[in-house]
Amino acid sequence: MSEEASEEASKEASNTITEIIAPCRLDYTIAAGEAQRPFLRGLAGGKIMGQRCPRCSKVYMPPRGSCPTCAIPTQEEIEISDHGTITTFCIVNLQFYGQAVEVPYACCSILLDGSDLPFFHLVQEVAADQVRMGLRVKAVWAPEEERKPSVESVRYFKPSGEEDAPYDSYKEFVS
Amino acid sequence: MADSNSPRDGTLTAPHVLEFNYTRTVGPVTGRFLTGLRDSRIEGVKTAKGRVIVPPTEYDPDTAEAVTDEYVEVGPGGTVTTWAWVSRPRNLQPLDRPFAWALIRLDGADTAMLHAVDAGDPSAMKTGMRVAPRWRDERIGMITDIECFVPAQ
Repeated sequence: MSEEASEEASKEASNTITEIIAPCRLDYTIAAGEAQRPFLRGLAGGKIMGQRCPRCSKVYMPPRGSCPTCAIPTQEEIEISDHGTITTFCIVNLQFYGQAVEVPYACCSILLDGSDLPFFHLVQEVAADQVRMGLRVKAVWAPEEERKPSVESVRYFKPSGEEDAPYDSYKEFVS
Repeated sequence: MADSNSPRDGTLTAPHVLEFNYTRTVGPVTGRFLTGLRDSRIEGVKTAKGRVIVPPTEYDPDTAEAVTDEYVEVGPGGTVTTWAWVSRPRNLQPLDRPFAWALIRLDGADTAMLHAVDAGDPSAMKTGMRVAPRWRDERIGMITDIECFVPAQ
């Protein structure tokens, strides 16, 4: 093929559709349900609410309405401290699309005092290499007027300044 | 989450959107078809047995053999071979008013292609009816370059 002809061919090729953006979108309306409702309303009011199992006395936060061990409904609502202990953690070093926080940052499994179920949340105001198992943290709440029935009412957790929790106090929750 | 106006008092609801827009390559055959659409032209491909597949595929659906490299322009008119009425269109469907999904065999094609028919009312739909494409003014090489089909004589 002459140079001219090959140029012509590549021009032709670049004019051809080779890829498309295939849209895929699902619009859901989710309903919180019986168990999550007091929990979410609690967050709007600056409180963390859990549920206690009437048989094994374990406290679940966020509440799911039943105890997975005893397989019975949990109805007793109790307020839980907004202080807790980091049981395990993950340092995120990769920036990805849609990420709201600057890397590196820590996603931590946090066991709140009085709860028997660690949950995942962001930990800030501490260097990533200072995050450790047993580190004591406390919730940083959104300003009162910005709180809503959402986990976003707790912006993140930060070190509380308390002494590290001994391993034995949370070892049951390290999986 | 927000307190909704749901009749079931106290229900907490929130919108939850899952969206993944994939960028995908289309391959040489679909690529040629989409390029044709951008130029308001509908093309099919011939199989070794001489059947015309629209939209074109890389392989003959009957024999699984590669198709030939012979493309033929079809339509623009076609015949509805079967259809289903959509009385309440959903967000992102081709039309924001009731319409029919229809399989349309374009003139010169041996297969039927799925598209929307803007018929206004289901009483205007009939298997065997004639339709023609309504092209968009701005075409980008997508199946949506045909906005829909409309009843024709």
